Amino acid sequence: MRKIDPDTNRFRNIVRGKIRENLKQYVSQGELLARQGKKVVSVPLPQIDIPNFRFGESQQGGVGMGDGEEGEPIGGEGGPPGAEAGDQPGEHVIEVDVSLEELAEILGEELELPRIEPRGTESVKVEKDRYTGINRNGPESLRHFRRTFKAALRRQIASESYDPKNPKVIPIREDRRYRSWNTKQVPQSNAVIIYMMDVSGSMGNEQKDIVRIESFWLDTWLQSQYENIETRYIIHDAQAKLVDAHTFFHVRESGGTKISSAYNLAKELIQKEFSPVEWNIYPFHFSDGDNWGGDDTAQCIRLLQEDLIPASNVFCYGQVKSAYGSGQFIKDLREGVGKDEKVLVSEINSRDEILPSIKTFLGKGC
Amino acid sequence: MLKNRALTPEIEEWRQIIRQHAVDCGLDFFEVLYELVDYDEMNMIASYGGFPVRYPHWRWGMQFEELQKQYSYGLAKIYELVINNDPCYAYLMRCNPLVDQKLVMAHVYGHSDFFKNNSWFAHTNRKMVDTISNHAVRIRRHIDTQGQNAVEEFIDVCLSLENLIDPHQPYFTAGESKSEETLDQARNEAQGVRFSTKPYMEEFVNPAEVLAREKEELLNKIDESELFPDEPEKDVLNFLLHHGQLRRWQRDVLSIIRDEAYYFAPQGMTKIMNEGWASYWHSNMMTQSIIDSSELIDYADHHSGTLGSSPGVLNPYKVGIELFRDIKERWDTGRHGKEWESCEDVHGKKDWDRAEDQGLKKIYEVRRTHNDITFIDEFLTPEFCDQHKMFTYKYDRQTGKYILDGREFSSIKTAFLDQLSNCGRPRIQVQDGNYGNRGELLLKHIWSGTPLKLDYATRTLENLYKLWGRPVSLETIVEGKTKILSYNGSNHAEQASA
Repeated sequence: MRKIDPDTNRFRNIVRGKIRENLKQYVSQGELLARQGKKVVSVPLPQIDIPNFRFGESQQGGVGMGDGEEGEPIGGEGGPPGAEAGDQPGEHVIEVDVSLEELAEILGEELELPRIEPRGTESVKVEKDRYTGINRNGPESLRHFRRTFKAALRRQIASESYDPKNPKVIPIREDRRYRSWNTKQVPQSNAVIIYMMDVSGSMGNEQKDIVRIESFWLDTWLQSQYENIETRYIIHDAQAKLVDAHTFFHVRESGGTKISSAYNLAKELIQKEFSPVEWNIYPFHFSDGDNWGGDDTAQCIRLLQEDLIPASNVFCYGQVKSAYGSGQFIKDLREGVGKDEKVLVSEINSRDEILPSIKTFLGKGC
Repeated sequence: MLKNRALTPEIEEWRQIIRQHAVDCGLDFFEVLYELVDYDEMNMIASYGGFPVRYPHWRWGMQFEELQKQYSYGLAKIYELVINNDPCYAYLMRCNPLVDQKLVMAHVYGHSDFFKNNSWFAHTNRKMVDTISNHAVRIRRHIDTQGQNAVEEFIDVCLSLENLIDPHQPYFTAGESKSEETLDQARNEAQGVRFSTKPYMEEFVNPAEVLAREKEELLNKIDESELFPDEPEKDVLNFLLHHGQLRRWQRDVLSIIRDEAYYFAPQGMTKIMNEGWASYWHSNMMTQSIIDSSELIDYADHHSGTLGSSPGVLNPYKVGIELFRDIKERWDTGRHGKEWESCEDVHGKKDWDRAEDQGLKKIYEVRRTHNDITFIDEFLTPEFCDQHKMFTYKYDRQTGKYILDGREFSSIKTAFLDQLSNCGRPRIQVQDGNYGNRGELLLKHIWSGTPLKLDYATRTLENLYKLWGRPVSLETIVEGKTKILSYNGSNHAEQASA
């Protein structure tokens, strides 16, 4: 432990506190999405610095050095040229890197989400390599330096070629030691998230943004709960297609809506790739709720009851309000399968309702 | 785990050589203790402001994370770290190549000499390493009794006002505030104006009842005119320390923050000189005797790295070293004084050499007596500005960009001095400790042409309120009008000044 660690922890706690305080704002503005790296998110934190009396940043003149004619702009884009390099704290908003796990934890604390008890942990085993032993053979990249020299020293002492006054230890081929590994079977929990979205004409950009923000947080939380997570994306209008994440969030189609097509595709996907015995399955469906007709809705309910719901941990439906209002489907769902406690539905009328919707979906802990 | 921070034999050997060179150059320094640290430790020490132990506070952690991130992305690397203390402590980065270690060691001897001899450092505590760890102990004790959150929040409040000190204060004994005694004396001496006259006219020219009335008026005036404080107080922290509504532990914390602020103040006042001086000597020593030919390229690379400047930006290291070189040159050749200034012969000026050889003596004298402001004021010349392509810039409202304003010497100098005055911070003083006769506090921003950052100012007022305990106000100029910003514990107000 380093001397500074307590201070760093204090700082991280303050950061976490600030994020929790402003979580609603971060969620509804979707600010964090663009700042996502592989494992960390950089969070802009205003007001964490200590205020003091200082000059306003703009309009302040000063002295510089270098070429240029009168009236030419200097320095970088808009920013004042750092007159005293590295002396004054910058005027930018402080950004702090927060790992996705930490973010999930904050989300969990704030929404009081229960931890998920994965199904099927026992049945699925994966092989993992652990470096536990020492071997006389192996690749040079795994050579154990200290053990090699120890072996050499031992050999030299035994053969009386070691001179304490001139302590040179030279390993030969036989002295070399290498790290070796054992393969172990460890249980693993797998989960697959199947996002389905209605991309018919009535779903505009705002609606897709809401879905995108919500899916970011759902991903973040579920990723913190499972070791191995897969994500699949299905878009549908009158037909359904399996697409990648980019297409999912950006494609724009027109035409009618046949929700059963998506459910059919999800069913096939589960049958083909994700056996419910080995996988925890999370289908999320977002739509504005305007389905084609009563026939299709009835078919949807049948698909849910017979295939999707039994296979899944939970089935979540989010109805996003579009410019054309909110449709009938959520009502039909409530009537059809609403009694099943694995079915979770929520209405998202604006960005402010993303957070409660997440709570509805994940609040059950299964 | 305590790591071995001793120098390697090779570096130790060089330390002795460099030390001898420094002595030969005439540098007179506190003995320097070097420690070899890896980047983790270096960043940690740097986050603590150069000290091995500080009181617990989150901002060290924040700085540490920042430094770690910058280092691991290769954006920034700390080369040298030296503490003004007797003995001087300096840290070398373990992973640096030998040529860097030599450079840093030579550089540090320059700093140590500057700390010891520059008169602006004369009043700093030379046992600050010990003092600062004592501060840490005191604050930890308060944490034990008050709880970490309470103490840390209070430290935040103090830090928010940390820069409201008077860096010149150690150099004169501040005028004693008028004690009751002197007031009493004034009361005793108070009497009406007596006109000189013939004795028989006395009772007509100076009637007793008039004298009594005048005396009464004077006494009233003495009591009424009692300002608090008598003179505007520049050391706002000291004023708060003595008159703020603070509990004992809070007073102690505030005094610690104030002590540390005073310790660090001279470093802000002599940044250009201090760095210039150290760079001047490392470059002298390195190029004349220390490096061998194989290290030349690396040395030149790193030296230019620290002195180089991105286009348009003023690098204090660069200005400092060049000014010292310029001064040495001028006093070696006698390019100063009346005769030089009044000479109008261009060719004569170009070849001017009086062979005075006073350069070295002069720069030693300069490093003893000057600070950045007087340094620039006295030694910045039109030739120097010209040679180093200095210019002034201003903010252009139309484009929202900073543009080059001009290259005229007098405006460059004025802008430069402005930038340096009060270390680039607004001057703020206690104007009235009994504002409105309601025990409120009025601070005044001494206008220098630049407005305050208002959102910060209002947040700072909130912190000021926590120390003063009664409503607080700040007089400043907002958009060309004198305004009084106030905070009464729940609401902010802004009103035009009476």
